[in-house]
Amino acid sequence: MKHFSLRKLFLGFGALALFILAWKLVTDAKLVSPIFFPGPERTYAALVKGLAGGAMLSQTLETVRRMLLGWLLASFVGVFLGALIGVSRRARAFIAPTLELLRPLPASAMIPIAIAFLGFSDNMVLVVIAFGALWPMLLATIHGFAAMEPRLYEVSAVLGLSRAEVIWKLALPSAMPMILASLRLGLTISLILAVVGEMLASRQGLGQSILAASRSFRSPDLFAGIVILGTIGLVGSRLLSFAERRLLRWQAVNR
Amino acid sequence: MRAASLLKSGWRAALLPVTLIVVAQVAATVTPLESDTLASPFDIARAFGSVMADGSLPKATLDTLKAAAAGCILGVGAGSLLGIVLGLSRLADDALDLTIELLRPVPVVALIPVVMMLLGFGAEMEIVIIALGLLWPSVVLARAAVKEVEPRLMEVSNVLQLGFLARLTKIVLPAILPQLFMSLKLAAGYALVVAVTVEITANPLGLGYGIMMAQQALRPAEMFAYLIWIGAIGWLISLLLNVAQRAFFPAFVKGDGR
Repeated sequence: MKHFSLRKLFLGFGALALFILAWKLVTDAKLVSPIFFPGPERTYAALVKGLAGGAMLSQTLETVRRMLLGWLLASFVGVFLGALIGVSRRARAFIAPTLELLRPLPASAMIPIAIAFLGFSDNMVLVVIAFGALWPMLLATIHGFAAMEPRLYEVSAVLGLSRAEVIWKLALPSAMPMILASLRLGLTISLILAVVGEMLASRQGLGQSILAASRSFRSPDLFAGIVILGTIGLVGSRLLSFAERRLLRWQAVNR
Repeated sequence: MRAASLLKSGWRAALLPVTLIVVAQVAATVTPLESDTLASPFDIARAFGSVMADGSLPKATLDTLKAAAAGCILGVGAGSLLGIVLGLSRLADDALDLTIELLRPVPVVALIPVVMMLLGFGAEMEIVIIALGLLWPSVVLARAAVKEVEPRLMEVSNVLQLGFLARLTKIVLPAILPQLFMSLKLAAGYALVVAVTVEITANPLGLGYGIMMAQQALRPAEMFAYLIWIGAIGWLISLLLNVAQRAFFPAFVKGDGR
């Protein structure tokens, strides 16, 4: 077993090195004009300079802050509303079809509406992020509640639990796997919408900075920004998968 | 009996949206609505009629759908092919896993400025971004599907000493076809989302651009007409693909009553 993972590590880094080498060869051979497509070393230099010099660092922090704020807002509202709707069969029958109808609506299509109401402001971006990330969590919570073992509802009736107790003690834990998966999806959406929002509303952040870099043909800065955005996405989803495994350990033991 | 229960769940489902529309109309009529951000349902319907009649909405819809479809075919095709190769070859999977895991979390909108710089504005740029956005999910789904193919089928193909191409077309592809369709279904919805996002952010084309222009021209009725239309298209696409899935792969559709 150990041998295999070691092999995998070796191969993985080998392929990554090859990938970067191919990138370097393509740019060195000038297959694509260096104005558009910087080599790995220039990207790295721009990355180091941007992060050490400060501008890119503060933009990164701004984007991360925006993403997290919107995501947290969406998580609280989504799970709370989802629990309220999901716990009652009647509320589900009345409200869930409308929500399903709205689900395929692209979150970005709400951006013009948000601009009309809030103008090009930080709040507009935040509302768009929260609104876009809200859907998966809301629907996952409702579905999770609907999929709860019916006997647990009967047990709660026998025990005379109040509705809040049913939510807290039975339904939320049983819907937890779906909710946690939707939190991860929501974080991805938050990052995307944070970048789109910054690009459109020219708010301080990586989205605006990579767009500006592209417009003035500073491609190393552009690629450095993309590398940072990828890292943010990677770290975020890794942290949440880690939390998922920790929080769902009791379920793995049960099975 | 079944029709009665359908009718019963139907009116329950319709109650909320119908109430909302009626309340909005009443509110707009009672208060003399003169707004740059809101419009009454009647005005929205009228605006919808006029953008439909002057041909701007059908053209925008066609532009968006064409880009989404082309991007979808490219992205899912390339992604599934790569995913199948990774699923079949342990070596390739071990080698590329790390690189893919590093590239996958890059948000697709971050690529907009790059592709914009390379290709300029237009349908091509949008198609490339959509394809790139769908690439990694397709890789992951196809790879997982191939790994779940009944091992005995693979043993059979070993016994028969099938070449790579024969193994692909005779064993693997038929076995994973339902999952590939599933992947296409997810991708189609996502393709529309990316298409509209690209159009809103950068590309002067299609439905996303239309809704953005309606907002900037302070025509809220037209803006909401576009919004509802975009939602209806997304809903229609998912409905069509669900029906197709039920018709072609009935065994694969889980009987979820919700």
